[in-house]
Amino acid sequence: MLQTVLQFLQDSPPAVTIREGEMLFPWIECIHVLALTLVIGSIAIVDLRLIGLAWRDRSVIETTTLSLPITWCAFLVAAITGGLLFASNATVYAGNAYFQAKMLLIALAGLNMAGYHGFAGKRAASWRSAAATPWPARVVGGLSLAMWICIAACGRWIGFSINAPT
Amino acid sequence: MNLHAVSPFFTWLAATPVSQTIQSVTWIIPAVQTVHILCVAAVMVSVLLVNLRLLGVAPRDMTIDATLRRFLPAVWWPLPILLATGATLIVAEPERALENPVFVLKMSLLLAGTLLTFGCGWVVRHRPGFWDRDVRRRGLAQLLATASLLIWAAIVFAGRWIAYVQVT
Repeated sequence: MLQTVLQFLQDSPPAVTIREGEMLFPWIECIHVLALTLVIGSIAIVDLRLIGLAWRDRSVIETTTLSLPITWCAFLVAAITGGLLFASNATVYAGNAYFQAKMLLIALAGLNMAGYHGFAGKRAASWRSAAATPWPARVVGGLSLAMWICIAACGRWIGFSINAPT
Repeated sequence: MNLHAVSPFFTWLAATPVSQTIQSVTWIIPAVQTVHILCVAAVMVSVLLVNLRLLGVAPRDMTIDATLRRFLPAVWWPLPILLATGATLIVAEPERALENPVFVLKMSLLLAGTLLTFGCGWVVRHRPGFWDRDVRRRGLAQLLATASLLIWAAIVFAGRWIAYVQVT
């Protein structure tokens, strides 16, 4: 079943065009890299604020209001471009351990973030100093930072474990 | 620069024990690239926030001066790490970068982007409130911010294209 879907994806016209064209894959990859730097950078701002390592003079809410719109826009672009890169060689990527780890980590990072919003809610507006950030918020920030570093590493290792220009 | 005259240096560099180690231990290059790209993330999000503020988009509750003072340090501290990790990758495969026109383009753009961003920071330190004084200056700030965003994005693009442009 899964193999059929992957094969269908790989045989779809956009996937074939990307796979057979010389220029499309690198250009899409460029946009993917640009988007993911903004995803990780904007998330790191929030994580560092949650941990209490940076920008303590602004509340956590002010920090997320500034950062998260960038995160969402960039994540959308990264997901679309990543999806196109994946489709171009779906059966191979799906079987790659680093790709699987990367998807799992992105899912866990999403759960971590959802858990944070459930826990923090509007309370975060009162977290103005480092001392005001309760320990669960610091754990969430630390976990998020660690996971996104691993996601970036997995992304790089996918390229090195599949025969593609690195 | 005559590439043929310096290529013995590349051959020598690629044969040094350091280069040989980086080439043969398979995890070193992806690990160094990961550190490189994480530092790029710090630079890019900071450049984006600084330039969004110069464009007047966000964050509206901070002045231009305050935004630049806050985020410009995160453009500067990753640069030495980027140079060090970039240099490591060059030592591993000298010809991949040094004989590659896209690498030369990337370094030229990096110089332009750095000067432009440094210039904006210099103005903030030495002429506080400069950008907010009148409409013409705000227009100039928007022009410079647009140029800066395009240049820094082009640096990332060029970085990826180094891997695809074959050295002949």
